[in-house]
Amino acid sequence: MKKFDYLRPKSLEEALTLLNQYRERAKLIAGGTDVIVMIKQKQIAPEVLISLQDIQDLKQMKYNGSLRIGSLVTHRMLEKSELIRKEFTALSDAVDVLGSIQIRNVGTIGGNICTAAPSADTVPPLLVLGAQVQLKSLKEERVLPLDQLFLGPGETAIEQGEILTEIFIPKPLPHTGSAYWKHQRRKALDLPILGVAVMLSLDRSSVTCSDLICTSSPISTVLHALEGEEVVCKEVRIALGVAAPTPMRAVQAETLLRGKRLSDELLWEVAEMAAKEAQPRDTIRGEAWYRREMIRVFVKRMAMRCIERILRPEETIFPERLW
Amino acid sequence: MKQTITFNLNGEPVEVEIEPHLTLLQLLRDKLEMTGTKEGCGMGECGACTVLLDGKTINSCIFPALEVEGRNVTTIEGIMDSQGNLHPIQKSFIEHGAIQCGFCTPGMILSAKALLDENPNPSEEEIRNGIAGNLCRCTGYLQIIQAIKAASGQQLKR
Repeated sequence: MKKFDYLRPKSLEEALTLLNQYRERAKLIAGGTDVIVMIKQKQIAPEVLISLQDIQDLKQMKYNGSLRIGSLVTHRMLEKSELIRKEFTALSDAVDVLGSIQIRNVGTIGGNICTAAPSADTVPPLLVLGAQVQLKSLKEERVLPLDQLFLGPGETAIEQGEILTEIFIPKPLPHTGSAYWKHQRRKALDLPILGVAVMLSLDRSSVTCSDLICTSSPISTVLHALEGEEVVCKEVRIALGVAAPTPMRAVQAETLLRGKRLSDELLWEVAEMAAKEAQPRDTIRGEAWYRREMIRVFVKRMAMRCIERILRPEETIFPERLW
Repeated sequence: MKQTITFNLNGEPVEVEIEPHLTLLQLLRDKLEMTGTKEGCGMGECGACTVLLDGKTINSCIFPALEVEGRNVTTIEGIMDSQGNLHPIQKSFIEHGAIQCGFCTPGMILSAKALLDENPNPSEEEIRNGIAGNLCRCTGYLQIIQAIKAASGQQLKR
């Protein structure tokens, strides 16, 4: 492996100063599960690595309705958080299946964002949860919606001298559910062929059919029953990974559903639109036509999983009991 | 420029001067001659290099050595008791034929140890999840799962 120097600043100010001093000769490292691999594969050759591991402020999570996650919080910490499983479920879905336990013990949410892989597992969930990121430099700090951060594979709007310090997730509307599906060939240590995240907010979470069929029937049956009850989708966000050069929102599909009455037919139209909006390509993991086909399937399924999680929140912890 | 680090390795304090670009795996194998920890893919995918850092599994092949400063590292050499008896998980692996070529074994046993330390009575699904980051190309995993189940004190189905 190419030689580099390794600096371990004790505070954010010190890290920013070092970053300003070494500029493009330096690379920031959080967990290093991407950075060290990139150095070994000779994709990057920094003279200096600036480690953020000793900056304790970046390892905090704060919740008061909305959620602030320090950029150095590990995937494993997110996976173990009951709060995230309950309130920001799509993010739990992602960190449950990201890499392996060994990777999740070390890899961080900030690192997953900054590597800016089209396949980053935490990004589609963060996009549907409406996340913003805080970027700090010596001169200023700014907040950027996550959907404006990605410019291309491995490219972000983070400028020279800036450090991503925090991810902010706003308080969800009432009656909200979210879900992420990582479409992959193995259950661990694989990159997704496709990632699909959906967040839905309904106008209510109790429906008259709930006592009769909602507790036991498959959610597809429940969906047909809901059509008669005129349940309205107040808010919706759909995000796709590995479906374009960057993680993307399926904005046109969202527009079809926002403010409308839920129906099986409408969800299929929405899924169809998401597949149309995506710009997948042929790669070794899957061909474009296949990805498009699976977007259609999984956008619908994740929307149904959201509905299930809104109507049956107690079952959120057993996500595999479906259909 | 070389840097000195001190950390705890298998319960013993270690002080060593290293080049800053070393991985923890290189430090263990090449500097400290602890060759129980194996290098497989070298990219954090196969789990052969798994060690425990403060009780949690990590891939030492992609972990910067300088980050272990002041922390506790446990390798396969460090899980025997003070009389030199094998750890119960090690015994169980031998008993259940969970070792064939043996290359994945140190990492596999440390993943099993981290799992059982946190969850002493795991279901089969939880065991499978617990070792999902460790590849074995010989056993087909069944013997490994049985060995871990037995080590946790659970009765095996006949």
